[in-house]
Amino acid sequence: MDNNYILEMKNITKEFPGVKALDNVNFKVRRGEIHCLVGENGAGKSTLMKVLSGVWKYGTYTGDIVYEGEVQKFHNIADSEARGIAIIYQELALFPELPIYENIYFGHEIMKGKQIDWNETIVQSKKMLDKVRLHVDPSIPTKRLNTGNQQLVEIAKALSKNCKLIIFDEPTSSLNEDDSQNLLKLMRELKESGITCIMISHKLREVTAIADTITVLRDGSTICSLDAKQDDISEANIIRNMVGRTIDDVYPKRAEKKIGDVMFEIKHLTVEDPNTGREILHDVNLNVRRGEIVGLQGLMGAGRTECALSIFGNPYNYKIKSGEVVLDGQSHFFKSPHDAIKHGLAYVTEDRKGNGLVLIQDIRYNITLANLDALVQGVVIDENKEIVVANRYKDEINIKAPSIEQKTVNLSGGNQQKVQIAKWLFVAPKVLILDEPTRGIDVGAKYEIYSLMNKMVQEGMSIIMISSELPEVLGMSDRLYVMSEGHITGELDGAEATEEKVMKMAINSN
Amino acid sequence: MEKSKKSTGAEFADFLKNNLKSYMMYIALVIIMVFFQIWTGGGNFMKGSFFKASNISNLFNQAAYVAVLAIGMTLILILKHIDLSVGYVAGLSGAVAAILMQRYGMNQWLAILIVLLMGLAIGLYQGTVITRVGVPAFVMTLAGMFIFRGLLSLSLAKTGTIVISQKGFLALCQGFIPDIPNETGLHLVTMIIGVIAVVLVIISQIKNRRSKQKYEFEVISTPIFVTGLVLASAVILLVFYVLADYKGIPWSAVIVAVILAIYTFMLNKTKLGRYIYGIGGNDQAAELSGVDVKKVTLFAFCSMSFLAAVSGILYASRLSSATPTAGNAFEMDAIASSYIGGTAVSGGVGKVTNAIIGTFVIMSLTNGMNLKSVDISYQYIVKGIIFILAVAFDVRTRKK
Repeated sequence: MDNNYILEMKNITKEFPGVKALDNVNFKVRRGEIHCLVGENGAGKSTLMKVLSGVWKYGTYTGDIVYEGEVQKFHNIADSEARGIAIIYQELALFPELPIYENIYFGHEIMKGKQIDWNETIVQSKKMLDKVRLHVDPSIPTKRLNTGNQQLVEIAKALSKNCKLIIFDEPTSSLNEDDSQNLLKLMRELKESGITCIMISHKLREVTAIADTITVLRDGSTICSLDAKQDDISEANIIRNMVGRTIDDVYPKRAEKKIGDVMFEIKHLTVEDPNTGREILHDVNLNVRRGEIVGLQGLMGAGRTECALSIFGNPYNYKIKSGEVVLDGQSHFFKSPHDAIKHGLAYVTEDRKGNGLVLIQDIRYNITLANLDALVQGVVIDENKEIVVANRYKDEINIKAPSIEQKTVNLSGGNQQKVQIAKWLFVAPKVLILDEPTRGIDVGAKYEIYSLMNKMVQEGMSIIMISSELPEVLGMSDRLYVMSEGHITGELDGAEATEEKVMKMAINSN
Repeated sequence: MEKSKKSTGAEFADFLKNNLKSYMMYIALVIIMVFFQIWTGGGNFMKGSFFKASNISNLFNQAAYVAVLAIGMTLILILKHIDLSVGYVAGLSGAVAAILMQRYGMNQWLAILIVLLMGLAIGLYQGTVITRVGVPAFVMTLAGMFIFRGLLSLSLAKTGTIVISQKGFLALCQGFIPDIPNETGLHLVTMIIGVIAVVLVIISQIKNRRSKQKYEFEVISTPIFVTGLVLASAVILLVFYVLADYKGIPWSAVIVAVILAIYTFMLNKTKLGRYIYGIGGNDQAAELSGVDVKKVTLFAFCSMSFLAAVSGILYASRLSSATPTAGNAFEMDAIASSYIGGTAVSGGVGKVTNAIIGTFVIMSLTNGMNLKSVDISYQYIVKGIIFILAVAFDVRTRKK
């Protein structure tokens, strides 16, 4: 056993039904280094960290976790924390209403006999906050801190548990430039004091600036581990390792492309998050032509979904500071999804279970929900006509279910997605926005959805496809835009786009 | 669509198995009724007083004000909201009607119209604060409970209980539909309506089946279809016969039936009904499908308070008076009725017809225990236990 390594994960394999999320991954972290873990969305980074922290407990994966020279069998997060491993997630796990000191010591309270010693808690919290250079009164409610400072509270919490290994999951994804720099500086200081850090990040600029070692994961396997002192850690090299995969022929070709005039245009869209005041979209301009599939690529958190929702009637009340939408030659500002739908815009959500389908209702109900007007005679819904419509879509796009009376909660992901798409086909929009249309569905269903998209544009529809999956965007798009941190960072013709080019644009900020 | 060939017996067994949940409530209601019939007869079914024509009429009048509330509450609960204020809105409505008629000598029908409009206004006010300001319905209507209770006692502070003497008003929850003179000893109009009801049910069922066959949808086989029709017809005729044997159909039953018909139609056949179920099932998905969630929610609260006003009028009519205690705990019976009737605690699922069955479960318990002079304290406990059992059954069967 080499004592230089605080952590060795050996031959880790983790399978989910139908998917191998991790395939024989080896991951070694030296004591006191900053180790960055990079890879595309879905490469297995988060899964690997969940295995390490005990979220996927011992026995649900194969392989060994050797930490501090011993094989560990973590059954939950508490087990890994007890050994000094802390994980700080993208979405912070703090109680916004509680004071900072309670958050720092939540779960490992300082006791005096049978009571919590609040005074000592406050004194100790102050010390921890000093360590992360956050100079605020520990008694104020945590929600009064901005996101960057809340993250510092999380780190203080990890330090209060005497953690030796801290995992940062995309720590700077929701931070502004100043806070990000501050956090990177703090990570260097932690390293000086002997704490080992693992950082998952998409921001290669930060990765190359801070990392001692960089491990690249792709499709659930370790591709390489690069030593900052010896190896080539240029962004180009990292990207090549991240994407170096040949595109299989899984994308159906369109018989002939009939691309017409500009159908839909977003002009100068700038949007703010009303809660944090952060600009989530900055001067976004894009357009799509009749019969065209336009890809909108970017990493998670780049602002693509926010962009779609802002123009689709803004149901979540983002603060739209400026912008204009032109649909079929007419300028609009949609007040509600209803308004947008009426004018021929449709949006298929990325979260079909969360805000896409009414899961407790059947296929028929979901397919017709957005266009009941077409079925109403007087005030009565013509149910027989409705059944005919639902059955037509079920057959046409091959929704696999015993009948249209099947509740959508019981369908597979791919079939749920088809129901969602059928719902919007029945509306017959001019412009269809598909947000992550193939997330979490199997290869066969993917192919069917791609074919369906081709058919729709053949018939004159315009499609904007939001997707994190590079091969999909490259395989399907006639043209594509790349977004990063709320900006459109590039526009490429489908034929000339390559994975490297796109990835570079997606990672570059500004 | 391929039709599987099964024997009638097997199909019948399947049919029962698949629909047991939907019929469970009816079965429970019958068991409760039969239980009280036997108990009041001292162990002899034939001697019991529960199924006496006079008691059945009484049960209708007793249940009407809760049934009306349960219909409105079902919409609210489907939408994952709650309305606690309905009891005192009902109480206040009865008081205002009594004051307008007795103190100001207003025409009874005009007084009723004004009270109904007042109910609508209350719903508009509460619904607007809930949907536009974002005060949770629980809090808003709890506050309404305070406010309308205060207004109720304020309105009756000087006079105390007001006795109502207007004949038409009292007939609403005490009277029966008129009859044509005859020598059968039966209420003839009631029997005629009963027969018409049976004919209408049969025609609509056959029409529905034909239209489904026309579109080549699967239908249940003829023997089961006929058996179901015969059974349903028999039950309808029996109920009407029992009523005809006494004084005929109570007006309260007519009012509830009309409201029930309107709401059933609205929930099952119109866009509004679809949207209510959609919002209850997944409000975000509904919103993104172009549904105006706030408008639909506002409608539900308006409908609720309007029905609370109807309920208050029925209650005042039944007691022949407006009292400061009217409306106390009505919301409990209404909410319990709706949940016993299978409205999902998690929202998105529920039927107004079943809520009415829930009302009859609750009110049969009240009625039966009153017949046996069971102490009111025990009545509450028994109702509470039945309530838990009903919802527990619902939750367990829903998981499958």
